[in-house]
Amino acid sequence: MFIINCPFCGERDQSEFKAGGEAHIERPKQPTELSDDEWAEYLFMRKNIKGVQFERWNHAHGCRKWFNMVRDTSNDEIKLIYKMGENPPIE
Amino acid sequence: MSNNLRVKSSNYIDETTIVSFKFNGKNYHGYKGDTLASALLANNVHLVGRSFKYHRPRGIMTSGSEEPNAIVQVGNNAAITEPNVRATEVEIYDGLEATSQNCWPSVNFDIGGINNLLSPFLPAGFYYKTFMWPASFWKKYEYFIRHSAGLGKSPTKPDTDIYDHKYIHCDVLVIGAGISGIMAAKIAAKNNLKTLLLEEKTQIGGSTIYQNSEKFKIDNKNSSEWLINEINEIKKLDNLQIKTRTSVAAYHGYNYLLARENLTDHLSPSEKKGKIRQRLLKIRAKKVIVATGSLERPLIFNNNDRPGIMLSSAVKKYADHYGVICGKNNIFFTNNDSAYESAISLHKKGIKVQAIIDIRENSKSSLVEEATNLGIKIYWSHTVVDTVGYKKINKISLKKLSNDGQSTTGSKINISCDCLGVSGGWTPAVHLFTQSGGKLKFRDKDQVFIPNKYPSKQISIGSCNGDFSLNDIIKNCLNSLKKFLEIENIEYENLDIINPIETEKRNIWLLPSDKVIGKTKPFVDYQNDATAKDIKLALREGFRSIEHVKRYTTTGMGTDQGKLGNMHALGIVADTTGVKMSELGTTTFRPPYTPLTFGTIVGRNVGEYFDIFRKTPMNNWHLNNKAEFENVGQWKRAWYYPVNNETIYEAVQRESLAARESAGILDASTLGKIDIQGSDASEFLNRVYTNAWSKLGIGKCRYGLMLNEDGMVYDDGVTTRLSENHYIMTTTTGGAANVLGKLEDYLQTEWPELDVYLTSVTDHFATASICGPNSKKILNKLIPELDLSDENFPHMSFKEARIGKIKCRVMRISFTGEHSYEINVQANYGESLWEHCMEAGKEFNITPYGTETMHLLRAEKGFIIVGQDTDGTMTPIDLQMDWIVSKKKYDFIGKRSLYRSDTIREDRKQLVGLLTENPKEILEEGAQIVSDLSKKPFEMLGHVTSSYFSPNLKKSIALAVVRGGKKMMGKKLFIPMEGRTINVTIVDPIFLDKENKRLNA
Ligand SMILES: [Zn+2]
Repeated sequence: MFIINCPFCGERDQSEFKAGGEAHIERPKQPTELSDDEWAEYLFMRKNIKGVQFERWNHAHGCRKWFNMVRDTSNDEIKLIYKMGENPPIE
Repeated sequence: MSNNLRVKSSNYIDETTIVSFKFNGKNYHGYKGDTLASALLANNVHLVGRSFKYHRPRGIMTSGSEEPNAIVQVGNNAAITEPNVRATEVEIYDGLEATSQNCWPSVNFDIGGINNLLSPFLPAGFYYKTFMWPASFWKKYEYFIRHSAGLGKSPTKPDTDIYDHKYIHCDVLVIGAGISGIMAAKIAAKNNLKTLLLEEKTQIGGSTIYQNSEKFKIDNKNSSEWLINEINEIKKLDNLQIKTRTSVAAYHGYNYLLARENLTDHLSPSEKKGKIRQRLLKIRAKKVIVATGSLERPLIFNNNDRPGIMLSSAVKKYADHYGVICGKNNIFFTNNDSAYESAISLHKKGIKVQAIIDIRENSKSSLVEEATNLGIKIYWSHTVVDTVGYKKINKISLKKLSNDGQSTTGSKINISCDCLGVSGGWTPAVHLFTQSGGKLKFRDKDQVFIPNKYPSKQISIGSCNGDFSLNDIIKNCLNSLKKFLEIENIEYENLDIINPIETEKRNIWLLPSDKVIGKTKPFVDYQNDATAKDIKLALREGFRSIEHVKRYTTTGMGTDQGKLGNMHALGIVADTTGVKMSELGTTTFRPPYTPLTFGTIVGRNVGEYFDIFRKTPMNNWHLNNKAEFENVGQWKRAWYYPVNNETIYEAVQRESLAARESAGILDASTLGKIDIQGSDASEFLNRVYTNAWSKLGIGKCRYGLMLNEDGMVYDDGVTTRLSENHYIMTTTTGGAANVLGKLEDYLQTEWPELDVYLTSVTDHFATASICGPNSKKILNKLIPELDLSDENFPHMSFKEARIGKIKCRVMRISFTGEHSYEINVQANYGESLWEHCMEAGKEFNITPYGTETMHLLRAEKGFIIVGQDTDGTMTPIDLQMDWIVSKKKYDFIGKRSLYRSDTIREDRKQLVGLLTENPKEILEEGAQIVSDLSKKPFEMLGHVTSSYFSPNLKKSIALAVVRGGKKMMGKKLFIPMEGRTINVTIVDPIFLDKENKRLNA
């Protein structure tokens, strides 16, 4: 079970958090102008990488804030945590 | 009692305290400090169980948690009996009752033993292959397999013992209190680190503590003497906590570990009464030091499973630690020096050691020299080819090994004996290390897997790290600790260590016999009865992956997870296939390390604490009025209120009629309530609901449907505009938390520019909903000053008022189709509100109704219940609710998905009403609907989602989802049930008052 360093509350047990899937998939600003394929790409397609992955997490049983996490899914190592709206690190 | 199997001079047995216990119904005596295994051996009881498949007699093999054979059922009380307990770990107490598992009718006469004679017909995969066909016979096979294959009995009554959970946070956790664990704990604690030392056995000190050989010295003292001194030292340390009888069950990521602390299992029933039995420790450690030691390997040879064949180290421990003689005429069989330690120790106690059989050509170790000097006969380059003795070994046969070790030569020698101590070398106990995600590497020199890559802040020290000699253990341990704990000076720096040095090694995973392999029984997994033959068969049949071989042969799949034989299984696969051990890899070790009882896992969370539940403020009233309850999410909701022994059907018919004919009252407090404030609140609602919200007047209510981004209905409810920038949203009872989570997600991550704040206020309000033609009169009695005229207080509007001094929010909204009001008060006035309503409604026979009647009433009106009539695949269009989807709004959650090629299909399942040909016939919810009975298998068009007998319409009604149902109005369809078919007609889903006259009645 991980320990997650919530950017608002500090280190807490994983059981307080909820995983929210892949990060940096922005909701299209004008969905009505997208083709079925383009909309499906946003709606359904997720990478699910074995290795370093960008993820969204929510401190559901704490401050309820969402934030981003860079995690290696092969060994659960959390490489970085940063707030919503902040840019993902380059490499 | 027979004292003749005891040697004097054990420090760990209290010979002045005699303990009586029962095994298989017979009375025995042991001493305080004995395990069930040591006490049985002292009574010359070796036969303790039958093997799983062939029911062969099996005896005690080991002295620890790795025991594969001596698995017993402890206790005969239906509430607290426990299966799968290792006799080697049970400490005896007065009144202990234990029985052998997996034998019937008794361990001495076992009917399943016939399988042993049939064994040529029971090879690996036998069950899989034989019982595959015909499928309909499986039920019969299963009955017999279950009866012959059972491993122990589960308790049949609720557990009466008390269990506990505890969180522990420490700087350093040391697992295992052998010599390396003790040194590590001392160093850590002395360097101001809060340290926890866990040991699964009763005492700390590992095997060094009873080491009595002069050949192992530390600073000129016998190693045991030196260690006892250290133990006395660490007991004085303040920031070191030591827990014995505590076994680590699981090692998860981020140094999170679960351990079972056994508090009272070793006490007699009267001593343990009222005390906590076991405690589950949930440990977070900054650093973990694994010092779990190593397990001695057996040797794999023909008939290596007879009672009396034991690990060499166990024979030594029973003599040195428990003062118990396992045999009066011992032989050792080995491939390394450690059996010599055992032989010498026994010999010095006056126990006869006839011979040592060594597969090596020679060894120059000082231990070998000592054994030779003591006159013990050594057979070099020999192997045991067979053993004799059904319930206990009485003879072995040996032959000379060929140079390549693959066959035997010369003539057979027979020697009689009553105990054979075997040693196949040592396997580091890396189970916890691998559980934590650690990666192993293979060391060719002595054929062991040792820790290589650590996934968290941890190290392995001592023999679990592959250090086997006293000198290696101490020196390597100190070096690693210095780095790991970041310590400059270590007190043990200049210890002077003496130990015998092992020079010669020879390892043969499967020892040859004079018979062909097909005629031998070399057991690899004792508990699951898998032999080397089975592994070879699996390989012949094409299995290659070690994980597949494991499952096919069931090697390593018993409750001991194959702690003894897994390495041999790997070795045999490697040898047979010509793949290197290092490339083969190991199977996965999974938690728990040893079986855990469910009681320990759930701790205090039993009975009403097993799962949390939520009660409404009116709960007491419901209880006092004999309501039956149903679970809705975590809530306990009043389901119906039976009067005079009514059935649920009768109660619901009565409640439903009353609600439409006069007045009904429902506890609606469980509906989710979210307070929405902020200058962008209206815009926010526009984006999350399918309909438009900007023009909703203050004091007005509106029904909304919320979709997922995929266009499917997610939740629904009425939202009220309290003021310009203030709304209160209601959600379904079960969906409240998820809806709040989803809304927060959009606000924080997609629309952070919106000025909106969400607060869950579900628990802050209690809600009573009054409906029926007399509801207006009742509300008028409750709040006389409130103008209830349709002009002042129309349907779908809201008023603030007071009942007496209590402030309340009243919404004129309806989920039943009746004229109805929802009254919300601060939660702690809920019960009082309810009683006021009942009092005011008395003259109108106001009838409390539960969720079942609510469901019936809304079904009469064709209102959906999200989660009952929808299942995450229904769009608003599928539900015939096109009217609520705004065409004008540019966007809302799920809008784009409503015209994907899939969602615009006309043959999607759509919500319809169903009427049965026989109006008294009530359909079953979930029943399948078909249109063509002639073609089999039937093409299923959909299913019934809600079904009731309507007392107001005096006929059966149902809602259903049917493929292309919207265009099938009036069509006759069929519902095939067991033995008959029900005829139905598709109708409009609104059955009652389509004109909404009753809302304003
Ligand atoms: Zn937080």
